[in-house]
Amino acid sequence: MLMTPGVALFYGGMVRRKNLLSTIMMSFAALGLIGILWVLYGYSLSFGSDNSGFIGGLNFVGLMGVGQEPSSIYASTVPHLAFMVFQGMFAIITVALITGAVVERIKFGALLIFSALWMTVVYCPVAHWVWGDGGWLANLGILDFAGGAVVHINAGVSALALVMLLGRRRGFPEQPMEPNNIPLVVLGAGLLWFGWFGFNAGSSLASDGLAASAFVTTNTAAAAAAFTWMVISWFYRRPSVLGTVTGAIAGLATITPAAGFVTPLAGIPIGIVAAIVCYYIMLLLKTKLGFDDSLDVFAIHGVGGILGMLATGIFATMAVNSAGADGLLAGNEMQFLKQLAGVLAVGAFAFVATWILGKLVDVTIGLRVGQMEETVGLDLSQHGERAYGGLLR
Amino acid sequence: MKKIEAIIREERLEAVKKALEENSYFGMTVSEVSGRGRQKGIPLQWRVGEYRVDLLPKLKIELVLLDEDVPTAVNAIVRNARTGEIGDGKIFILPVENVVRVRTGDRDENAI
Repeated sequence: MLMTPGVALFYGGMVRRKNLLSTIMMSFAALGLIGILWVLYGYSLSFGSDNSGFIGGLNFVGLMGVGQEPSSIYASTVPHLAFMVFQGMFAIITVALITGAVVERIKFGALLIFSALWMTVVYCPVAHWVWGDGGWLANLGILDFAGGAVVHINAGVSALALVMLLGRRRGFPEQPMEPNNIPLVVLGAGLLWFGWFGFNAGSSLASDGLAASAFVTTNTAAAAAAFTWMVISWFYRRPSVLGTVTGAIAGLATITPAAGFVTPLAGIPIGIVAAIVCYYIMLLLKTKLGFDDSLDVFAIHGVGGILGMLATGIFATMAVNSAGADGLLAGNEMQFLKQLAGVLAVGAFAFVATWILGKLVDVTIGLRVGQMEETVGLDLSQHGERAYGGLLR
Repeated sequence: MKKIEAIIREERLEAVKKALEENSYFGMTVSEVSGRGRQKGIPLQWRVGEYRVDLLPKLKIELVLLDEDVPTAVNAIVRNARTGEIGDGKIFILPVENVVRVRTGDRDENAI
């Protein structure tokens, strides 16, 4: 749960001062909104009894039948409620991640409505496909340990679709959009790095050897990616702090689907490749193609998720996880193709569904704030507060 | 009476302060300002690539002096604020109509 405030600070530090609170609020609001919707019906739509592989049934609505005993289907060693709330945190953070693409210009009310619709129409089905009992991608044998497809591709691709509807921030790219507080970004990244252990090791759903393996793999990939990004920025100019923590997050996003299927040492090449590919895609999107995916949600989470899913198809080995599969390097090229199919299916669905939902919100209540509200900043115009108040210190 | 507004490099403040002090000019107001002259700007890094910040941080020293003290003070500032590089700053000298000391209500030259 601490990861979502982590996202709030990570994102909050990177926007301009006048939008710091609004950016933090976007993540925090997800904790409130999705936290309710998840127990009411989100969990059921994701993990309820299967309807032809596409969506869960209504049998867990309002936590009906979700109690202190373990579920008969999922996570046999922990209370069903614990599994439910663990999954809820994935839903919350996925919504929070998307907000990074639309900061500094989206209308807060519109974001809330979009978030509720998006969890219902995009997140729940995709979670069911990949993780639900009977989900069609799960049946196909797709491996996604802790959310490479469900969380990261889903968030990254949806972010891209939303940016296309919303357009650039006023002044982008001519005016520099200077981060207001990089230490805040570092603090957020630190909370995320730590929280990721919970997500990735926790996805073993037991305190066992696999959890330890996923823990080490995750840390190794994050370290490799952070270090690589630092070297790249040094090569061009100076070893950048913002760049190094960005690299860590790219590495973490990338290792997510693979953490419980590959060896800890495979985390090194996966992390290095993650940093290099995410760096250049970010450069391409931002400076060459002029997409204002403001905090690079697609370049980090979308690209990281895709790389991670494919890397799982390459590096996976049954030696790490007997419930998993062998990948390309272990002589099973089918797994790689399956992973590719998963990437394409989730990516295409997320893009199209998000575009439709975003369009719907745009034509009804409008996605974007007015020119004056944007110029003044969303802290004042949307929330009536400011991050640093007072003339007297 | 004249007011001296000197825009200087942040790192030269201590030297300038000391030089003014040696000439018995104690009173001053210092503020952090941003500005630009011929120095243009400096490049900073984003996650990828870089951007230019064209308003650079400087310090502004304000002091009010008797007309005859102005040349000495200006010389002291120039000597100690100068590095010879672009971006050393500027000094403006303005006429002052009146001065009031809040504590005592003294006016004019008595209030300096």
